[in-house]
Amino acid sequence: MPKSYRYPVYPYRRSADQDASSPAHHPVIVVGAGPVGLSMAVDLGLRGIATLLLDEDDTVSDGSRGICFAKRTLEIFDRLGVGDRIVEKGVTWNKGKVYSGDRLIYAFDLLPESGHKRPAFVNIQQYYIEDYLIERAGEIDGLDVRWKNRVIGVEPDADGVTVTVETPEGDYTLKCDYLIAADGAKSGVRDFLGLPFEGRSFEEQFLITDIVMSADFPAERRFWFNPAFHDGQSALLHRQPDDVWRIDLQLDADADREAEGSPERTIPRLKAILGEDQPFEVDWTSVYRFRCARLEHFREGRVFFVGDAAHIVSPFGARGGNAGIQDADNLAWKIAAVLERKAPEALLASYEAERIPAADENIRYSARSTDFMTPKSRVNRIFRDAVLDLAERFAFARRMVNSGRLSTPSVYSDSPLNSPDAEDFLSGIPPGAAAADAPLKHGGWLIDHLGGGFAGLWFASDPGEIDAARASALERLAAGGLPIRVFVVAPEGAEGAVHDLPVLVDRGGLAFERYDASGGAFYLFRPDQHVAARFRRLEIEPVNGALARALGRDKSRSDTDARTAHG
Amino acid sequence: MAELSSDDRLDRPDDLYAALTDAHEGLSEEESTALDARVILLLANHIGAAGVTIEALRQARESVLAHREDG
Repeated sequence: MPKSYRYPVYPYRRSADQDASSPAHHPVIVVGAGPVGLSMAVDLGLRGIATLLLDEDDTVSDGSRGICFAKRTLEIFDRLGVGDRIVEKGVTWNKGKVYSGDRLIYAFDLLPESGHKRPAFVNIQQYYIEDYLIERAGEIDGLDVRWKNRVIGVEPDADGVTVTVETPEGDYTLKCDYLIAADGAKSGVRDFLGLPFEGRSFEEQFLITDIVMSADFPAERRFWFNPAFHDGQSALLHRQPDDVWRIDLQLDADADREAEGSPERTIPRLKAILGEDQPFEVDWTSVYRFRCARLEHFREGRVFFVGDAAHIVSPFGARGGNAGIQDADNLAWKIAAVLERKAPEALLASYEAERIPAADENIRYSARSTDFMTPKSRVNRIFRDAVLDLAERFAFARRMVNSGRLSTPSVYSDSPLNSPDAEDFLSGIPPGAAAADAPLKHGGWLIDHLGGGFAGLWFASDPGEIDAARASALERLAAGGLPIRVFVVAPEGAEGAVHDLPVLVDRGGLAFERYDASGGAFYLFRPDQHVAARFRRLEIEPVNGALARALGRDKSRSDTDARTAHG
Repeated sequence: MAELSSDDRLDRPDDLYAALTDAHEGLSEEESTALDARVILLLANHIGAAGVTIEALRQARESVLAHREDG
């Protein structure tokens, strides 16, 4: 275990369920208190769903593990109530440098435009993310976290799932409506259901090391192809909080795991990178060989798979943890809406329809990065080296240099929940995409107003055009008891309440620009802040239709959804 | 969508042929392949639309494989 962090211990406590004469029932059980399971449980808890989170251990992750959290993930953490702590503790970075040999060939800025609450990335050890989410979970009524509760059996049937749990005081049985498997790359739930987890393994091994040192390097990502200090392989350097630095080194396919992870091997390598004079201490080391794989289905009846239990990727691009948290973000509101009978069960089929293409996208990106970094054949190496060579002189070749295409939120372009554009939008945020942020005149950020329910943004270049009839019709719009919170977005100089609708004043015109809304527009957002539909001119009926569709109520879709749901 | 043109449109075919072979003068096989890779990348960028180069790759591969069947 790293020495730079003091590990909390969450004690096992006996629960009343262990003494119940028949298995206690819970609406939702989440298996695994990693970042994804915790995000899922906190999200459900905040939506008022009684949720039980089971974890086999009694502390947070051993080692820093996932360290890069992307802008969209930070926005989700904001909604869950842990964003500020994570960003304050984390190291913010937007810039990266790519070296070939010892020459800098390329520098990039991931967030070249300002006017976003959150940066492109923060680096923070996974144990802090878990630590903060566990604390947050403790503040939520109806969210029960049980440590040293290992799931040893899962039996789904048509009405629910029976779960057998092992504790230090013996086994007990539970029932739930929905089981969420967030139990990681070696998912036990996956094994209990006998589901194959197929994909592609990469031969190369990587040594990941966290070291503690006080060094005056900037907070940026540095990647080396063929560095002189590491014998033709690749290397990556990242800064974390607490003066901890992450170094990834590619090893040969046949390297001996044990030997390579030993201090006798790692310390000379680190000295070669950092210089003989730089004092440092090794905090944590791991040697791994990675795979890209995913389940064929992310849902088996009432069991849902999220995060690494559903899909794994190579680490370059930070697409594992970020995608997992976006899985939870996608699924939590849907489960809540179905359990509260505000949406038909068909809505749940959209989890796979949206997150399987997202997983495939992440696997494709990460496999391509890996192939670029570790050429598998003579021809691969020739083209890779040609690109690196040309990149020094030509910008076009820099765009081919692939040291990891860093995680961006997936756009659910083909989602059954989208209502396609009926009018022309040249740019802006298309249906299926996550909301874009923008600064507001009186402080604060657009993204924070969207919250965790359905929301509408009514872009009005002249708030006078908003008539009382449509405003009050909008306020009454609600599907199955789920209302839309509507905000008027007004340009600077056009402040003031409009028919009791709250007004967000667009500082510097960025919101109008980012949403292609100069001619007026209405955007409908889902509870995960993705766009469900957009309109040039606001009419109540199409908005109502889009709301129904976003809840899986669209009649033209319901037949196919029902088949997928039970298939 | 740009398409690969296979019309007869090269202005100085003999000069180009000579330049193609001259560029490899004195290079090892490894260096020759490295040169070809750079030329492909530079020309692909000049063309811009990746689809054109992808179509050229497909046709070139077909031509090479046809040989294999002949033999």
